[in-house]
Amino acid sequence: MYTFSNRLKIGSFIAMAIGLICLASGFLSAPSTVEEAKAMVASAHGDGHGGGHGEEAAGHHEASSDHGEAAAHGEDHGASHDEHLLHQLQNRPWAALYVAAFFFFMIALGVLAFYAVQRASQAGWSPLLFRVMEGITAYMVPGGIIVFVILVLSVLHMNHMFVWMDADTVAHDELLQGKVGYLNPTFFLIRAVIFLGGWIFYREYSRKLSLAQDNADDNSNFVKNFRWSAAFLVFYLVSESMMSWDWIMSLDPHWFSTLFGWYVFASMFVSGITTIAIITIYLKSKGYLEQVNDSHIHDLAKFMFGISIFWTYLWFAQFMLIWYANIPEEVTYFVARFQDYQLPFLGMVAMNFIFPLLVLMNSDYKRVNWFVIMTGIVVLLGHYLDVFVMVMPATVGDQWHIGVPEIGGILFFGGLFTYWTFNTLTKQALQPKRNPFLEESRQFHY
Amino acid sequence: MAATTFKAIYDDDDVLMNAVKKIRSEKYHIEEVYTPFPVHGLDKAMGLPYTRIAITSFMYGCLGLTVAIVMMNYIMIADWPQDIGGKPSFSYLENMPAFVPIMFEMTVFFAAHLMVITFYLRSRMWPFKKAENPDVRTTDDKFLVEVEVGKDEEALKSLLLETGAIEVHVPKKN
Repeated sequence: MYTFSNRLKIGSFIAMAIGLICLASGFLSAPSTVEEAKAMVASAHGDGHGGGHGEEAAGHHEASSDHGEAAAHGEDHGASHDEHLLHQLQNRPWAALYVAAFFFFMIALGVLAFYAVQRASQAGWSPLLFRVMEGITAYMVPGGIIVFVILVLSVLHMNHMFVWMDADTVAHDELLQGKVGYLNPTFFLIRAVIFLGGWIFYREYSRKLSLAQDNADDNSNFVKNFRWSAAFLVFYLVSESMMSWDWIMSLDPHWFSTLFGWYVFASMFVSGITTIAIITIYLKSKGYLEQVNDSHIHDLAKFMFGISIFWTYLWFAQFMLIWYANIPEEVTYFVARFQDYQLPFLGMVAMNFIFPLLVLMNSDYKRVNWFVIMTGIVVLLGHYLDVFVMVMPATVGDQWHIGVPEIGGILFFGGLFTYWTFNTLTKQALQPKRNPFLEESRQFHY
Repeated sequence: MAATTFKAIYDDDDVLMNAVKKIRSEKYHIEEVYTPFPVHGLDKAMGLPYTRIAITSFMYGCLGLTVAIVMMNYIMIADWPQDIGGKPSFSYLENMPAFVPIMFEMTVFFAAHLMVITFYLRSRMWPFKKAENPDVRTTDDKFLVEVEVGKDEEALKSLLLETGAIEVHVPKKN
């Protein structure tokens, strides 16, 4: 049995507390009037913030014109721009909260998908890691509820992240009117409930079967788990794709990309596998999971390497087709990212592709634990940036920083994730007892 | 003068693995093992050094990437610039996204093909080469171990039979 080390527990509580304070200060310092918003941007000019944040206003209005407010207030362009700026600044703490909440939820969901793949393929090498994966997927419940609450608050117009939820904007926007059958607040929340309900149900049921298998006399629980996992994967691949349209792509409601679901999937898959590797290595370093050997770590690192390349493939495939066709309604998405987000947008390619490619290419390095941890941390930060660049341009435009609310979000949800995961790990023995592939997993060597 | 070898034949890969370990632990030198299919872990049991084919693969990949860049630069930028989709080909860097698939494919192509060719040459295999197989049954269902004969031939022979060999071929004395 694993006991939650006090240092880690206290550390996760401190992270949550600091994160909460940072998030609260982000909400408190958001402007409530147009004048305050203008004053904030003006002072930012004086401070000389780096990057292209404080550029001239007119230049980037086009990039975020899918907010539809230009059309709504066609006569009074200056005032509409100021109001737009206010909304962007008001969105910032919400977006910081949402990015971090989604990122950690996405890790748990990626692990759940990986776990279901192991179950459905009846993989022989991984049963020793099942308890670790189940520990991480336990975060689905609080993480999913928090993301859902943020979505409900968006529907209640507490923020301006999803412009299509604003009836006034839709009334002046023919493209959004055409999408209203799918993209309306009620159906949006119903879908979110179905997705989250299905995922959490599978997680809880599979965990129950997995624990029941430990004390069973036959393999019936194992077989049941196999069937449910296969069914879950079918549900997951459809629902995950729709979730990515709903929760992320609809932030830019005019823009669409047919492989967006796969792109988000690759991001969550690699983040999830990386987290499994990091937590496994941590537990091993504390003397738990004695049976897990270097070959298991090697396999996880191979997955990290492979899925990183898969992510890059999708990232580039999405970019190249839009870049080549150069159709105005598609290309705005990348224009916004190249103008205002050049450093994080291209920096994440270095972190998510070039770094793992070069570091994990050598077979021997995949067995060096601290190498895997180091790469894992860079990959996780890179995929946080990935979500950041997916969400921020549509919500805060050029008013982005990685400052107090963003770091607060990472700390809060990182702390919660750590606490929930390790707390679940203490509940059961770290090694399954009666999985039919247990011996194969124990003997696994490369 | 080539060292004389005993040829022991086995009919099971698990028996073979244990035999190889036993023979090596008795300080005999195994020249070569012939198997009808790859036996997992045999290279480690035989004490073969690590393969360096991965390093050649990396170098060939770099070569392929370079060839692709130089080739596309010559074809699309230097020799015959065209205006495709409103993107005039005057700069390699600005048109780079269009060349990435070619860069990727050439990297894979060079790495894969040259690696296979390197492997064949390193294994002394080339077209019209006559097979160096001591016993054709190793292409069907038998495993053959060549062990270099030390001082005591009888001891080696009994050791091989003890490890589960179904036949031991002793070379004829000249």
